[in-house]
Amino acid sequence: MKIMVAVKRVIDYAVKIRVKPDKTGVETQNVKMSMNPFCEIALEEALRIKEGGMASEVVAVSMGPAQCVDTLRTGLAMGADRAIHVDATGPLYPLSVAKLFKALVELEKPGLLILGKQAIDDDCNQTGQMVAGLLGWPQGTFASKVVLDKEKQLATVDREVDGGLETLCMDLPAVITTDLRLNQPRYATLPNIMKAKSKVIKKYTPQELNIEIKSDLEVLQVTEPPKRKAGVIVSSVDELIDKLKNEAHVI
Amino acid sequence: MQKWRATCRLLLNSYSSKSRFDHPPSNPISDHSTTISRSSSGFESWTSRIHYRHFATAMIQRNPSFSTLNSDDINHFKGILGDKNVIEDEDTLLFANTDWMRKYKGSSKLLLQPRTTQEVSEVLKYCNSRRLAVVPQGGNTGLVGGSVPVFDEVIINVGSMKQVISFDKVSGVLVCEAGCILENLVSFLDNQGFIMPLDLGAKGSCQIGGNVSTNAGGLRLVRYGSLHGTVLGIEAVLANGDVLDMLGTLRKDNTGYDLKHLFIGSEGSLGIVTKVSILTPPKLSSVNLAFLACKDYSSCQKLLFEAKRRLGEILSAFEFLDNESLNLALNHLEGVRNPLPPAMHNFYVLIETTGSDESYDKEKLEAFLLRSMEDGLISDGVIAQDINQASSFWRIREGVPEALMKAGAVYKYDLSLPVETMYNLVEEMRTILGNSAKVIGYGHLGDGNLHLNISTPQYDDAILAQIEPFVYEWTSKQRGSISAEHGLGLMKANKIFYSKSHETVQLMASIKKLMDPNGILNPYKVLPYSIVSYI
Repeated sequence: MKIMVAVKRVIDYAVKIRVKPDKTGVETQNVKMSMNPFCEIALEEALRIKEGGMASEVVAVSMGPAQCVDTLRTGLAMGADRAIHVDATGPLYPLSVAKLFKALVELEKPGLLILGKQAIDDDCNQTGQMVAGLLGWPQGTFASKVVLDKEKQLATVDREVDGGLETLCMDLPAVITTDLRLNQPRYATLPNIMKAKSKVIKKYTPQELNIEIKSDLEVLQVTEPPKRKAGVIVSSVDELIDKLKNEAHVI
Repeated sequence: MQKWRATCRLLLNSYSSKSRFDHPPSNPISDHSTTISRSSSGFESWTSRIHYRHFATAMIQRNPSFSTLNSDDINHFKGILGDKNVIEDEDTLLFANTDWMRKYKGSSKLLLQPRTTQEVSEVLKYCNSRRLAVVPQGGNTGLVGGSVPVFDEVIINVGSMKQVISFDKVSGVLVCEAGCILENLVSFLDNQGFIMPLDLGAKGSCQIGGNVSTNAGGLRLVRYGSLHGTVLGIEAVLANGDVLDMLGTLRKDNTGYDLKHLFIGSEGSLGIVTKVSILTPPKLSSVNLAFLACKDYSSCQKLLFEAKRRLGEILSAFEFLDNESLNLALNHLEGVRNPLPPAMHNFYVLIETTGSDESYDKEKLEAFLLRSMEDGLISDGVIAQDINQASSFWRIREGVPEALMKAGAVYKYDLSLPVETMYNLVEEMRTILGNSAKVIGYGHLGDGNLHLNISTPQYDDAILAQIEPFVYEWTSKQRGSISAEHGLGLMKANKIFYSKSHETVQLMASIKKLMDPNGILNPYKVLPYSIVSYI
């Protein structure tokens, strides 16, 4: 069975973000970019499944400009067997990504598609669900545990939901999106980095996949949240009541 | 970094909540060490054994020419600083009287917190006239007992002077007060696109005034050099209250004797640093970090040699730790895991590169590492793929001192030695001590700086006798420094002759006499007692 893993190149989680002065987006020039943390977890899970003997190949996929290849190299260094880069400039919203994945899945025919639950730049949490819908595949989202049954071709997924944990059982092929507690991703070791240099990254364009990228969404404005005002120490109960009444207007 | 702060707060909390031991007698001629066991509330239940030792190395007596505090003094200070900044509260004093390693404890009855240079000046002027000894204090993270009183010296803590005065975005010159915490300065500069030229594990608590006064080294010295190079100006207050404004922001200024260098590294014994002007390097976007395993020490050395050549200008840190250090860190620190696949390695090296072009640097680093691996210098390694991974690698190296504290008592030595023979000392020490103690070595290999640490369950003078003076003599024979970056403080006040000649020390004593005739600034420290006469 082949596993396809989606990895997204995003601004590094530890970077302090700055909004561009023209409010069209976030400053990305000269900012450290890395693999989305949830995608790392997705890739780690795929690698563990392969190491457990349940899969034969792990394919990492990334979509975007040329620099996505760096992220794919990281994926290959972690242990993915090969990679696919869908070269697309311009904004890629979840629905477009989902359609592109549908096309790739029809080409590669994996038994499992694993994605991170959301990307830390847009926090959409949509792509996995949309792909599953387009493919007509079952989905196990927010996975905190994944157990595969090779013979019965089933996946049992523990999901982190608001009320606790929900366990679902689904037929393969299926879409799984990973949550934080699923695993701790491995580091890229030097021998693997060396091997990764000879692994293949195949490039596609959206035209080759017969997908037209158009978006129904338009970003109007990106602003910082209002700065939290400093607290004030009041000197008496009367002053507190006065402030609650006249400033905060809550009584 | 947050964990460092948390540890400090933990100590503070455990001190203020369950303090049960008595004030030690102020005459430390007695030769015993006391251990108290207690467990800290709230946090993970590790038992912290608080040790304080009376400095058994030499008999120090309180200098009789110093006056004792009286209520007139307290009132005078309250007049200068206001009631709130004159602290006699025992719990706070306990924390201010004890060093980070919990090895040294003074018995000061007064903590002063001036907010301006003027206040520092008035306080010192008064203390000088009354012949009251003082201890300048910042973050109190020093490792040689230089930041806490020996007897009842008045503690002058500049922590309240924490303003950033100015920052020039073009030149990168930062002017700030001495009480600014290093990590806060790093955050401030981060917003401007700059970084501090020094970085050390204590950054969450240490203050820039203290860093400058001790000429702190740290992890990036191999790239940015020492504070003697990056500090452009200092404002300091002398013992008699005179304010010395040498707060230049000029890169080049050859007008007269460059006195600021006297204050950098003199550990508060020549004056109290109140403002610092420092040249900050631009923050470069591409930072890469590799955690590597080497099979023996000579591989580490060769790796350093190669790194300086092949990585050249982008090399920004080169640290090493031995297997025992790594195990200590893994065992005692939380949330820390071995970056490498489990295997027996003997040494670990951290190499960091900082440059302006991400892909170029990464290629350069990867090429260097792969080649080193082919040459057999590295047996395994990982490269951090994002900032979080990099932080977790650094956590291991920066957390070793913390892990040592949790493991029990620690004898800490900070030595500059020729790189070729550095680790021999660790091995010899191990042979001498055998099973009675755990000997670990780690440090700034890039600068030839070894941190030799001997970990024992409790402080034990028998073990100390096997360590000293052996370590100092060994270092002296190699013409090394018995204190690479930690300073002399109290711990090594009498040891300077292992690394400096008699004539040199004589001149130091003359300068001290000139600048502080009454000897009130941080007495009993830095220079040997026999040399500095207070009369």
